[in-house]
Amino acid sequence: MQGFKAAPSPTFNLTNSDMFCQSPFYLRDNEGNRNVTSSYADLGELEQVTAGGLHQESVADLSRSSMYTSTMMKPNNVPHFTNALPFGVLTTSLGSGEMGSSATDVVDTGQFMFQEVVQVNNSTITSTMVDVGNCGVLGNGHFENWGDSYLADHSLSQRTDTSTDVDTNDKYQFCEGRHESLIVAESGGVQSKGICHDQKALRRLAQNREAARESRQRKKAYVQQLENSRIKLAQLEQELKRERHQGSFVGSGVSGDQSQHANINGASLAFDMEYARWLEEHQRLINELRTAVNSHLGDNELRVRVDGVMGHYDKVFQLKLIGTKSDVFHMLSGMWKTPAERCFMWLGGFRSSELLKILGNHLEPLTDQHLLGICNLQQSSQEAEDALSQGLEALQQSLSDTLSSNCHGSTGSGNVADYMGQMATAMGKIAMLEIFVHQGDLLRQQTIHQLCRILTTRQAAQALLVMSDYMSRLQALSSLWSARPKS
Amino acid sequence: MHYQTESWNSYMSQKINITNDPLQHIERLASENAVVIFSISSCCMCHAVKRLLCGMGVNPTVYELDQDPMRGKEMEMALMMLLGNSCTPSVVPVVFIGGKLVGGMDRVMTSHINGSLVPLLKQAGALWL
Repeated sequence: MQGFKAAPSPTFNLTNSDMFCQSPFYLRDNEGNRNVTSSYADLGELEQVTAGGLHQESVADLSRSSMYTSTMMKPNNVPHFTNALPFGVLTTSLGSGEMGSSATDVVDTGQFMFQEVVQVNNSTITSTMVDVGNCGVLGNGHFENWGDSYLADHSLSQRTDTSTDVDTNDKYQFCEGRHESLIVAESGGVQSKGICHDQKALRRLAQNREAARESRQRKKAYVQQLENSRIKLAQLEQELKRERHQGSFVGSGVSGDQSQHANINGASLAFDMEYARWLEEHQRLINELRTAVNSHLGDNELRVRVDGVMGHYDKVFQLKLIGTKSDVFHMLSGMWKTPAERCFMWLGGFRSSELLKILGNHLEPLTDQHLLGICNLQQSSQEAEDALSQGLEALQQSLSDTLSSNCHGSTGSGNVADYMGQMATAMGKIAMLEIFVHQGDLLRQQTIHQLCRILTTRQAAQALLVMSDYMSRLQALSSLWSARPKS
Repeated sequence: MHYQTESWNSYMSQKINITNDPLQHIERLASENAVVIFSISSCCMCHAVKRLLCGMGVNPTVYELDQDPMRGKEMEMALMMLLGNSCTPSVVPVVFIGGKLVGGMDRVMTSHINGSLVPLLKQAGALWL
């Protein structure tokens, strides 16, 4: 007894709405149980046939339920199915593993599934059978009605050979039963009411099947999405933990590699947190410096404190270097600064020439030499800032030109290549932006160091205090402004 | 802008002996003028360094490497070797003052801030005050 396992075709796409998708696969069971069992949920309509074979009435049921197919068997009952692929998906489905273990059984034993599509139209029930084999089992004379979609040419010749087998061999009971319904169908070429009813039922069942399959696929996609999100969330949490852990080593300097491995959000967050920590430490050092200045400590003591503050400034420039490499736009945006500070921002940081102007007015009476030194420093930093600003403008213009070229809006494959080329060039310019920001930071760092070099220790200490106070006032202003009562 | 850009054609016609070694070629070019900048016309940092020097009143000689079809690439390579580890994606701009290598934009800016650039320029005869 031959058994059949029904399986759906997951990749079967029907575009012709007239086509009635049957698309079950019937796998030959190795055990030979002639069960028509449904392995898949959407074959729920398929009645489980008890072991022992298909009886005529159950076959008739099957035919009505549209979940039938016919196997073509050789007289010696070893079917050979080859896939002529009228719909092109059979072999891929076979390989897709959706068939479960039974698929491998089928494949191993060289048995194949085929699918049958029953086309219901007004006059005929045509079926496309994927077979080449050497039998055309479905009975005599019915094939004429099955139209051009029938593929097996030489099987036709064997029809008559096997038709008697069909009639007599109880293995073909199924097909025979089917023939019965088909006989009904084809008699006179006119559809009886029974068939009409069947048509509707068949169509409805097929539609249900389709809908069920689609909803299953949607569910699968949704679950997959949820899984991905969960994994991503776990990754982000881990990165956050790692960045926080890294931040505790701010003194020794976070290794650039690790910051770069974190994703952009992680890097920005890491920079913000480390900058906040840096600010706290900076405030502490400035307070110590202030007490040292106010208590009129000796120059050596003062020098130590000044050097401490300067060394701490170097750390923030190191942080900024790492931050720029991982997310230049975050540095440029100044979101890590308070709003009022952001207002005065230039190229991702403070403007050193401005700071020097402020200092010039508030330091102790300076000797001419010192005054000259500060003036020169202010002038050179102004010149350097202007040069960098002009270079930046040129960069912006160049980026704008790159992105705006070929904006014709026309389609074509050539334009895709142009677009990709444009994007590649633009990416190179953004990389240039990183260098500009770095040069800006370098300028700031050099200016502060030079300032401390040309001034005496006491003056340098005072200068650092003035600078720090100015920044603190800007920060306080930001807080006050954001906390102001809104009308 | 008041810098002169050498055209390679006139240059070639002037010089009879052209050394094949790109490094020697660079050094020869660098020693011919007080301030020499090796640049690439599309590079914006080169634009910045040109602005800086011109803003100071210097008249630098600029060689655009991308406009030299024959020797540009090899000169770029030689400059890369000369500068050692270049952390920037492009080696240019490279500035020579008085025939001696100063370096890229960062070196130029550092020397300007710490006040060593102006004396260097005066020494090379690029600035008069």
